Amino acid sequence: MWTWFHKLASPPHFYRTAALLSPWFAVPGLALIAWGTWQGLFVVPMDYQQGDAFRIIYVHVPSAYLSLMAYMIMATGGAIGLIWRMKLSHAVAAAAAPIGAAFTFLALATGSIWGRPMWGTWWEWGDPRMMSELILLFLYFGYMALRAAIDDTAKADKASAVLAIVGVVNVVIVHFSVEWWSSLHQGQTVFKRGTMDADMKTALLIMILGFTLLFGSMLLRRIRTEVLYRERRTRWVRDMILSPKGGG
Amino acid sequence: MNATDRQVPGMLSGLLATAKRDLLLAWKRPGDVLNPLFFFAMVCTLFPLAVGPSAEQLEFSGPGVLWVAALLSTLLSLNSLFLSDFEDGSLDQLLVSPQPLPVLVLGKTLAHWLTSGVPLVIVSPVLAITYRMPMDVVGVMMLTLLLGTISLSLLGSIGAALTVGLHRGTALLSLLILPLAMPIMILGANAVSLAASNDVYTTGIWALGAYAIASISLAPYATAAALRISNE
Repeated sequence: MWTWFHKLASPPHFYRTAALLSPWFAVPGLALIAWGTWQGLFVVPMDYQQGDAFRIIYVHVPSAYLSLMAYMIMATGGAIGLIWRMKLSHAVAAAAAPIGAAFTFLALATGSIWGRPMWGTWWEWGDPRMMSELILLFLYFGYMALRAAIDDTAKADKASAVLAIVGVVNVVIVHFSVEWWSSLHQGQTVFKRGTMDADMKTALLIMILGFTLLFGSMLLRRIRTEVLYRERRTRWVRDMILSPKGGG
Repeated sequence: MNATDRQVPGMLSGLLATAKRDLLLAWKRPGDVLNPLFFFAMVCTLFPLAVGPSAEQLEFSGPGVLWVAALLSTLLSLNSLFLSDFEDGSLDQLLVSPQPLPVLVLGKTLAHWLTSGVPLVIVSPVLAITYRMPMDVVGVMMLTLLLGTISLSLLGSIGAALTVGLHRGTALLSLLILPLAMPIMILGANAVSLAASNDVYTTGIWALGAYAIASISLAPYATAAALRISNE
């Protein structure tokens, strides 16, 4: 039963499988995003409170959700790598970090643009979710900086895995402490999302699914690059590159 | 042959011996203890110079400034937590010791707290009074600093262990630890602010206590794992 799992964990096999899988994520992902964008921008009616400004939700919510999911993948990958010494899983963690940081930044940027017409300010220090997301971005930066500072890949893998795991425990604490903090400071009232229109919700779910698939495809591609780099001195990589077909 | 045959001292004596050694080292190099304190005082001096010395502004920003200064000065002292041990090889001795590494790490962190956190708590009232903090609020602030610095030392020990032996470790250490340390500062500074405005501040104190207990029980394991990784 576990053979497929062991096979998947072998770098050459994963390298080939990921190449096959990646388009199966990318194509439906992009199609869903295209459809969702069209729905979100042109079909879904205007919000009675926010006018057209709310439409940024179709980028904002998927990004915010993926920023957390990428962190969980990074930390889980690191933990699996530490516990079962699976090298591939460290590669997954390393590949997930920059994508996660990018989505975190996107979530912050779209949130900030959304905040301009809604709250009248680009940046609201009093909003707990904005603060948690910003701290999350700093955690990503710390993780990537630690990786970059350690030359030995195996060592960088393990050290950053410890950091990611400590970070997961802390993300929860950060969340609650920031909530508590903002409840004291009477920040601007956060816009309460009431019951959403069914069309609005469908388009949003489509976008979330599309973004997730796109994320999957990006992750697979990055893992492939990561695997190729890590295995650059092995025989299979040399054989693959020197074979008449060239690199796959 | 099991460990007891060799008359290995108990875990507590291992912890105390490590702490005692570090305290003795700190005693011999008072600069390591004093410099972060001077830094703490200087950061507290910078704020009135930058934002103006008006009384109400100082009263309002006092708790926050003191907490930010305490956080930064703890960061400054964390860099040396494992550095000299790493350089002279005594860290290897800790790693091969028959005592459990997390316990020894706890001993080292205890010494760090006694030489960085506790002096901060002792010095802080002087600076708090210059910020026109009332005496009863000063007491609350000292309590938050006392509890908060325990967590800061322990959390920081993880970062120090991860970055030991790396070039440009100090900047990296700050980058790793600051986001993780933010909740401690939020809880501490806000509890003091609440006390200053005669509000209920106990939530922050309990939360800081809980954080301290959680980090005493968890952080040494992470630090020990990080030390083993850094010294492979």
